[in-house]
Amino acid sequence: MTIAWGRWGVLCAVLLLAACASDTHLTFLNPQGPVADAQRWHFYVVLGVMAVLVAGPIFLLLPFFAWRYRYGNNTSRYTPNWEFSKVLEIMAWGGPIVIVAVLAFFVWRDTHKLDPYKPLVSGQAPLRVQVIGYDWKWLFIYPDQGVASIGIMAMPAGRPVSLQITSATVMQSFFIPALGSQMYAMGGMVTQLNLQADKPGRSLGENTMYNGNGFHQQQFTAQAMTPAGFAAWIGKVRADGIPLDAHILQLVSQRATRSDLIAALPGTRSMGSNVYFRRTSAALFPAVVKATRDGERALPPAAFTPAATVPSVAPSMMEHK
Amino acid sequence: MSIAGLFEHPLGRLGLDSLPFWKMLEHPTRSDIVNGIIATGAASVVVLGALGLIVVLTRYRLWRVLWSEWLTSPDHKKIGIMYVVIAFVMLARALIEAGLMRAQQAYGLGGGFLSPDHFAQLFSTHGTIMIFFMAMPFLTGVINYVMPLQIGARDVSFPVLNSVSLGLTAAGAALVMVSLVLGKFSTGGWFGYPPYTEATFSPGVGPDYWIWALTLGSLGSTFTGINFAVTVYKERAPGMKLMRMPLFTWTALCTSILMIFAMPPLTVATAQLALDRYLGFHYFTNALGGNMMHFANLFWLFGHPEVYILILPAFGVYSEVISTFSGKVLYGYRSLVMATMTIAILSFTVWLHHFFTMGQSANINAVFGIASMLIGIPTGVKIYDWMLTMFRGRVRFTVPMVYSIGFILLFVLGGMSGILLANPTVDYQVHNTVFLVAHFHNMAVPGLLFGMIAAYHFWFPKAFGFRLNERWGLVAALCWIFGFMLAFFPLYVLGLMGLPRRTVAYTEPSYVPLEWVAFLGALLILTALASLLWQLWVSIKQRDENRVFAGDPWDGRSLEWSNSAPPPEYNFAVIPEVKGRDAFTMSKEGGTAYQRPDTYQDIELPKNSALGPVIAALGFALAFGLVWHIWWMVILSFLAAVAALILRGFARNTTRIVTAHEVRQQHLRWIDAVATATAIARADENKPANEGLAQHASDGVVP
Repeated sequence: MTIAWGRWGVLCAVLLLAACASDTHLTFLNPQGPVADAQRWHFYVVLGVMAVLVAGPIFLLLPFFAWRYRYGNNTSRYTPNWEFSKVLEIMAWGGPIVIVAVLAFFVWRDTHKLDPYKPLVSGQAPLRVQVIGYDWKWLFIYPDQGVASIGIMAMPAGRPVSLQITSATVMQSFFIPALGSQMYAMGGMVTQLNLQADKPGRSLGENTMYNGNGFHQQQFTAQAMTPAGFAAWIGKVRADGIPLDAHILQLVSQRATRSDLIAALPGTRSMGSNVYFRRTSAALFPAVVKATRDGERALPPAAFTPAATVPSVAPSMMEHK
Repeated sequence: MSIAGLFEHPLGRLGLDSLPFWKMLEHPTRSDIVNGIIATGAASVVVLGALGLIVVLTRYRLWRVLWSEWLTSPDHKKIGIMYVVIAFVMLARALIEAGLMRAQQAYGLGGGFLSPDHFAQLFSTHGTIMIFFMAMPFLTGVINYVMPLQIGARDVSFPVLNSVSLGLTAAGAALVMVSLVLGKFSTGGWFGYPPYTEATFSPGVGPDYWIWALTLGSLGSTFTGINFAVTVYKERAPGMKLMRMPLFTWTALCTSILMIFAMPPLTVATAQLALDRYLGFHYFTNALGGNMMHFANLFWLFGHPEVYILILPAFGVYSEVISTFSGKVLYGYRSLVMATMTIAILSFTVWLHHFFTMGQSANINAVFGIASMLIGIPTGVKIYDWMLTMFRGRVRFTVPMVYSIGFILLFVLGGMSGILLANPTVDYQVHNTVFLVAHFHNMAVPGLLFGMIAAYHFWFPKAFGFRLNERWGLVAALCWIFGFMLAFFPLYVLGLMGLPRRTVAYTEPSYVPLEWVAFLGALLILTALASLLWQLWVSIKQRDENRVFAGDPWDGRSLEWSNSAPPPEYNFAVIPEVKGRDAFTMSKEGGTAYQRPDTYQDIELPKNSALGPVIAALGFALAFGLVWHIWWMVILSFLAAVAALILRGFARNTTRIVTAHEVRQQHLRWIDAVATATAIARADENKPANEGLAQHASDGVVP
């Protein structure tokens, strides 16, 4: 028991230190939104139930038994042929059954409550963001704003964000720990994720599914802003971004890290470590999904025409598998 | 392809650039030199090790002994020992790789010294080796050695098939070793998810090495599963009813059943991936109807039962060890059997928890989350029953017992993190992070590996006739336990801090201190390995003081302790008659142990067969040819393997006779030694006085 508590105590202390040392939020134990916050409580409840009911008794009893019934201690009882007790056996099965039953209640409730496909309850309509995983960077498309970015996912604090996720290459896993759930990105398929940041701040975003040499550099900043700050950000991207045409997308889809991409892209010098695109088409995301699924190299011209009507992704591709 | 075309590229894809130092010579950048030196060093160890072995075998004229006493032997005991040798060699390699990876991550803030590609090969080979060529051979070896003895059999049901299984496993292990010297291994991790491992994204030989090594290993394991299950069903001694079998044999049976049902999905999945890579099929590609989810399904349909294939035999070992060293009947035998079977069945119902984060509906996630937690119930029962076995016992803190106690305490923590992961809500946060890495190492190291090392200490005296050095065993055990804690507890925290698994480098300074703690843990674990090797050396040197020819050094309870150490090749001069559970303890208490039978009979044993080593060599050549596209080698070795199997089918004279006279002589030599040996109390268990004869309650003492 003491070992178990000591270990988790150390854990919490280190995490607090880490959280103070960095201005980027790393972990759901220091949550920046309602999903991560709920996950944190679920984590603590399960951990607490098990520390008290599972680990506690075993950590107390096992060392006690080992010492009390050690060879050479002739004062303790020795029953070499004792092999069964109905009462103890009912407890041995009953205890774990009750614990699992209790935990199963939490699993059922919270898995449904925190289903990442479920839109978050909010007075505001969610911001739509489409995410495409490339090797080794994420492309964020804002279909309703007509802009896109690499290296930063901006979002207004207090407003839900509804993400559609796909991959233009191998399997990846999209993850912002301080905001909530991770979700796989797979070629030709679309997965969904709903998140929200409660207050402005930077959170770590990453890919957790190994996909080659640049894997560890496939990170981004999830930047929560005030609504006014977000509007200003959109305006700035519209003003400074480069147009996302077929040639530029070809460069983006190369197997290269973000910094290699920036070196190869014209007109990105003023953008720092991020890349901004303006005049993106809402047809781009569905076109990439379809082209990956059908094995086509080239995207149709509509994918790069900003004025195109906005076809949503076919519902069949977005349903739960 | 024409016949001439087969020979157009006689070495296939093999070229100078397949050598580990070639890139360093062509591009002598700092990174290439560092990585080239490390890779060349590793390759040199393989090459020099092989050369050294050849020199020693030649110098001491051991080739004939190796061939006729070991490689072609159908004796389950020798096959078991060879499996364990493979396991130790592969364990050493994979642990060194682990140490290298921990060192890289300790220095990984912003870079480190390994290239991402090199690091990826390390984690892929580490995982592949530890699962398929360390854990599987280890448990297969231990079951091979112990299970037939425990059920009172002369051998397994299919001794030559046993030798073929060993050959296939050895060929797979050799292929992974050769990948150190020629070409590169896969970078797709031990589960090799496509489409990353498809030819589009990984065009080199790496995934092919992985595919064919796994294919060889999984075929060997399928045959082993069939062999063991049939042996348990058909070869038990008279009176050895199912509910009288020692618990280790029960776990061996459950593991064998799991092998039979779980290995084929893996063989199919890797075969489909091979079709994708070699012939342009589209099973798992992004496009043209391929679906990578099918691979994930098939792989984990194998992969989740696989973790119970690994853990159940260890549970069996702990049951034997705790009962023996507590001087007490195993508590709750029926319950433990039921729990084992329950785990075996439930293990097929949880595999979807590997893709909670792939967009499954909440209903599916909740159902499979709860199903995963259900396994905690029988596992919890086992832990309580082991503790109750110690309750009111006389617990001796021998090396296997230290591993067992360390196992229970650490395994409980691993179980807790497992329950956390079974919660989809939490899994969304820690999946694919090093929290997950910490969890499965927490199950695999204290669970499986401690169990196997405990088994090695427990049954070594039976196999070789002398005990292992206790002091160095204790040093190794403590290094394992504390090394494990240092190496993996920090990973739980790092995972909660968002560090993904398989990360060669990172930019977050707060990761550094914990990475260093983990590196120290890895060094302690390497010390544990060194201690084990040193212990073996010391024990061999001191073997004459520690002989236990009488065969029962620990006051054992089951039949494997009822004969000499090492046992005769036919195991039992007379097949024992079993009257109850803990058969040997019963006969010791009833005064019927160590009998001199009136008559002896001829014993029929399988003759040596070259099929095992031949299939090993041809299987290796076939796989090597496939990896490097050396088509003539593929065709020739395939035809030769088929021919060898057909030829074996014509062999009629496959058994030999050990005459009753020889049996009598050997048996009397042992019985006479028992008669002159001094029975010892348990307090003298680890002293030279222990000749393998135990004092017993019937001797009028409390042992």
